[in-house]
Amino acid sequence: MTWFDTFRTGWEAIRSHRLRSALTMLGILIGIAAVVLTVGLGLGSQQQVGASISSLGSNLLIVSPGSSTDSGGVRGGFGSASTLTVADAQALTSDTAAPDIAAVAPVKSTSTALAAGDTTWTTSVVGTTADWLDVRTRTLAGGRFLTTADDADQAAVTVLGSETATELFGTTDAVGRTVSIGDLSFEVVGVLTAAGSDSTTNLDDQALVPMSTAANRIIGGSTRTAVSTIYLRATSEDTLSAAYQEAQALLLTRHGISDAESADFSIASQESLLATATSVSRTLTVLLTGIAALSLLVGGIGVMNIMLVSVTERTREIGLRKALGAPPAAIRRQFLVEATVLGLAGGLLGALLGIVAARVLPTLLDTTIVVSPAAVAGSIAVAVAIGIVFGVYPATRAARLAPIDALRSE
Amino acid sequence: MSATTIEPGEHAAPVIELVEVRKTYRTGSIEFEALRGVSLRIDQGEYVAVMGPSGSGKSTLMNILGCLDTRTAGSYRLAGEDVGEMDEVDLAEIRNQRIGFVFQQFNLLPSLPAWRNVELPLSYAGVPRGERRARAIAALERVGLGEKVGNRPGELSGGQQQRVAVARALVSEPALVLADEPTGNLDSTATADVLQLFDELHAQGRTVVLITHEQEVAERAARIIRVRDGLLAEVGVRS
Ligand SMILES: Nc1ncnc2c1ncn2[C@@H]1O[C@H](COP(=O)(O)OP(=O)(O)OP(=O)(O)O)[C@@H](O)[C@H]1O
Ligand SMILES: [Mg+2]
Repeated sequence: MTWFDTFRTGWEAIRSHRLRSALTMLGILIGIAAVVLTVGLGLGSQQQVGASISSLGSNLLIVSPGSSTDSGGVRGGFGSASTLTVADAQALTSDTAAPDIAAVAPVKSTSTALAAGDTTWTTSVVGTTADWLDVRTRTLAGGRFLTTADDADQAAVTVLGSETATELFGTTDAVGRTVSIGDLSFEVVGVLTAAGSDSTTNLDDQALVPMSTAANRIIGGSTRTAVSTIYLRATSEDTLSAAYQEAQALLLTRHGISDAESADFSIASQESLLATATSVSRTLTVLLTGIAALSLLVGGIGVMNIMLVSVTERTREIGLRKALGAPPAAIRRQFLVEATVLGLAGGLLGALLGIVAARVLPTLLDTTIVVSPAAVAGSIAVAVAIGIVFGVYPATRAARLAPIDALRSE
Repeated sequence: MSATTIEPGEHAAPVIELVEVRKTYRTGSIEFEALRGVSLRIDQGEYVAVMGPSGSGKSTLMNILGCLDTRTAGSYRLAGEDVGEMDEVDLAEIRNQRIGFVFQQFNLLPSLPAWRNVELPLSYAGVPRGERRARAIAALERVGLGEKVGNRPGELSGGQQQRVAVARALVSEPALVLADEPTGNLDSTATADVLQLFDELHAQGRTVVLITHEQEVAERAARIIRVRDGLLAEVGVRS
């Protein structure tokens, strides 16, 4: 029997049991679509996180108080928040000690109510310096940014995020208007361009004020000189690691710590953030893919079940074919082809469904789904393998029947 | 050789040679000996009818002759070759090339049109597709169903279905045609048609072995073998 005949026979058998074949394919189809979608979701979230971290700029370093290796212990407590100071930031701007650091933006923030006329809006008030705009690669929608002079004067001026401006002033231009923070009146000198949100914070809802103003006129108290983060920008991507070394050496010296292992601050680059975020979402992807693979396995068992029923139901046919001279190999091949065709058809349809869903779902939910060709090809290969593996057992069993036993069975 | 061996014409070559063949069926712990030592010789071109009461072992004998079942004991030579020496693949080839079967229940595949049913043995013999179709249609014409080649079994009468089965048995030009009560489900007209076909096969020089309950059917054969309780009881050779 030629392969053409074998394929035709297998195809005819599938067609003559339409409903049963359709249900079998459905099992495979759902499994494959689930794999394609979950892998796509995982890749999509990895890409999203990657994109939001890249938007920080690839030559950015982030210095945070407290160490990344030591999350409590001796130096821990809540005091860790005060290990970085405005003076540290000032020192990092030195051209001699840190020649590869182009810009420095210390940040200190507090959550406070802002009022404009009858409208109040609680947001995060961020004290920073003139370099912030450059370091965070942000732009202005209108007005000007904070200046070094503002900082020197402890000026009562603020630059608002686009959402904050809208909340307080509606659609009218906020530049030149006045907001009160506590009992101080601030002049709005600028508004930032919208930037969306990164994984943790809304970048468009904040009010920026000069660092000195935040320290002395808004927050005050004994922690006035402490900052929550210092953003550094290296002169270029190539000098990033040099800038890292310089910042680390300088801060260690200033803090009187000799061993980098016991530093009371940590420096993260975009790359290290990316690695952490990616490993988290990769774990998630692996988990989801595991679940999807399980559903694929269930589909595969469905195929095996159908093949067993099909063989049992068609025992007489097998007996007849053997009586007419079909060697065991021909019978085996016929059932193998049947199982393979079911697996392949289910696999292709499932991949198609997955791809279509990957197009439709992101518009309904707020997610990114990246269809990976490897996942599509891999899952189709798995579907065919399921067909073959689960087709082998019933086919072998069918081929072993004695012709007369098969013929006599009802 | 035992007493039940039949040796008619001296010159013809034996197609079938059974020596002391036994067949024991096992149902759970119960054993039943359906054939209890059958020795039989059938020569090239003979037309043999097998008769006997129900349960006597006729079908058991036929299945062994057709290599559809295995013997428990004894030897079987088919066209001079020892069947006991053969493996599954050899047996499949023997059934495909040397033997044509006609069953009481027709045993056609319901999903295939008549000509596709008839070409099945040829497809396992590796005959090219075009030739297969031509030979299948020629065989159907020979049994008088040239008009019905595209009908599925469900679209044919019982007699026509059995004629399709006969066409399938003769399409590969086998030397031996085995029929187990081929007319058991047919009325007298259809029976006459089918028997006419067997007569023609015999006239072409093929060996025909036919199981039947009916004396008139058996009368067509040159030789009648009677089976009783798993033994060949009585043998008649017509002149
Ligand atoms: N698969 C089997 N398992 C157990 N016993 C069997 C089996 N097949 C046949 N037999 C027994 O063997 C004996 C002979 O059966 P066989 O089918 O050869 O009879 P038969 O002569 O063809 O009868 P009929 O004319 O009714 O078809 C019967 O007693 C039957 O019960
Ligand atoms: Mg019988």
